[in-house]
Amino acid sequence: MPGKEIYMDNNATTPLHPEVKKAMIDAMGIFGNPSSLHTPGRRARQLAEEVREKVASFIGASPDEVMFAGSGSEANNTVLSVLTCQTKGCESNPNGIAEIITTTIEHPCVLETSRCLQEQGVNVLYLDVDQYGKIDIEQLKDLVTDRTGLVSVMMANNEIGTIQDIRTIAEVVRERGALFHTDAVQAVGKIPVNVEELNVDYLTLSGHKIYGPKGIAALYVRKGAPFCPLIRGGHQERGRRAGTENTLGIVGLGKAIEVRSQEMEAEEKRLLALKAALKRGIEENIPDVQFVGHPTDCLPGTLNVSFDGAEGEAIILYLDLEGIAVSTGSACASGSLDPSHVILATGLPAECAHSSIRISLGRENTMEEVEYMIDTLPRVIGKIRDMSTAYKRRQQ
Amino acid sequence: MTETNWAYTDAVKEHFMNPKNILTDEESYQEDGKGVTGNVKCGDEMIVAIKVDKEKGIITDCKWKTFGCASAIASTSVLSEMVKGMKLDDAYNLSAKDINRELGGLPEHKVHCSVLGDKALRIAINDYYMRNGMEDKVQREEERIVCKCLNITDQEIEHAVLDGARTFYDLQEMSKVGTGCGECKEEVTQLLEAYKAKHFCEV
Repeated sequence: MPGKEIYMDNNATTPLHPEVKKAMIDAMGIFGNPSSLHTPGRRARQLAEEVREKVASFIGASPDEVMFAGSGSEANNTVLSVLTCQTKGCESNPNGIAEIITTTIEHPCVLETSRCLQEQGVNVLYLDVDQYGKIDIEQLKDLVTDRTGLVSVMMANNEIGTIQDIRTIAEVVRERGALFHTDAVQAVGKIPVNVEELNVDYLTLSGHKIYGPKGIAALYVRKGAPFCPLIRGGHQERGRRAGTENTLGIVGLGKAIEVRSQEMEAEEKRLLALKAALKRGIEENIPDVQFVGHPTDCLPGTLNVSFDGAEGEAIILYLDLEGIAVSTGSACASGSLDPSHVILATGLPAECAHSSIRISLGRENTMEEVEYMIDTLPRVIGKIRDMSTAYKRRQQ
Repeated sequence: MTETNWAYTDAVKEHFMNPKNILTDEESYQEDGKGVTGNVKCGDEMIVAIKVDKEKGIITDCKWKTFGCASAIASTSVLSEMVKGMKLDDAYNLSAKDINRELGGLPEHKVHCSVLGDKALRIAINDYYMRNGMEDKVQREEERIVCKCLNITDQEIEHAVLDGARTFYDLQEMSKVGTGCGECKEEVTQLLEAYKAKHFCEV
């Protein structure tokens, strides 16, 4: 497949869906400030409110429970800050409850915010995960007490794709009187998500993971759930998030959600078939590999695999030279040598984390591309293993 | 489709795509000196093996293997070419900066990946001296404690610089150096400038 770029990093971000692109181009002329009373302003306002309804209906919420934000990270930061607001007399934290429970495999935007809150004196507890990346419900039951203010557990993991049983988790948490948030950025639009069925208080979703634009996300806040804005100084989003709305981004998110509601089901089946073929191709053609993540409770397009003795960043860059874009769980490429905290949390050794790559398939990937990947990978892994100090297995 | 810039220079790319002098025959290679550094757990490991013309004290061949990223592969590949025909002393004194110059520069945050090769080479040269009864030639890279309150060594400061520390404040953030009595601040600042110059200037 020479000259073609094969993009298999859809958990990092996705290309715009052509329909999203068209909707956004059509909306480029909508410049009014949605807060303005005049006609251009009302035009923009109307577009934003239509999207709010679409998003709400897609996740089973009512429109006034949906708030737009600039990113999934911002939405997650907002939720974590709600119960720990240190402002005197803040209604969101009337009883001074300041204990948060989260997991060891969250996105850095949750983990780093948690660490920051810890420094401010908030007690933060971390749930462990098993070898597949699933949390232990019994440990959750032990940890959630009347001191617990908020529990935050991601619905689907970005690195290994493992899907948590959010419904059961939320039930345990809410039974004990605490609030529950799920970062569903990797889940919404890929698998069915309904806030009523899941029984959550807060839920984060994002546009650019589902063929929408970057810079737009939404936060579901259950009616009556405590709230405290992270960004202050404006009445936008009913006082929950100051700043002029990103109308164009909102239009893109709306179209992305609309398209997902039509395509998601068929897409899920197709991606599962592609992933199964890819997994089989790897198993049959490359020795000493290990798949990371849950074998069934996993995002349809996500495959995390570790190649014994082959360093992850080298794999990524050799594949890049072959026209294939995937990513590494290890953070070496981003400036640190720390192995993936997610893979370490599953109990796999650091060597395994340094040797893993994440392949995340999306709507544009074809079986032909998967076959090209299966043709290319064994060569790349073989080349790296030939010069590896860590690949002990002798070929013949 | 327009060509986008690769994250590395053409020289890095070339050495990454076609790495030179890989030690594929470790058992039968019969090296005169061998050095191993790093470890797989930490994400990178390097083996460098050399053959030496004992009369002239010149490296005649150099081979290597690594568990490492693109920068480690490319920089060790270029190093293995550079040292052939080089006097042991000169090879011993090669720094990451010399290698980076040959490669046309690496992204700053990748420089620490590239020091593995020359470190393993120095260990290999010392190993050669040891094997040949020239213990007096062995140079030790001894660590020295700089911050007495927190037991922080000059090597730790060097590693922090390689990992991106550029100011005294960065160093404090990364290693807690000088957060005790603060007496070492002047020396640490001097070391910081020296390591910045050693690894990052002129590239």
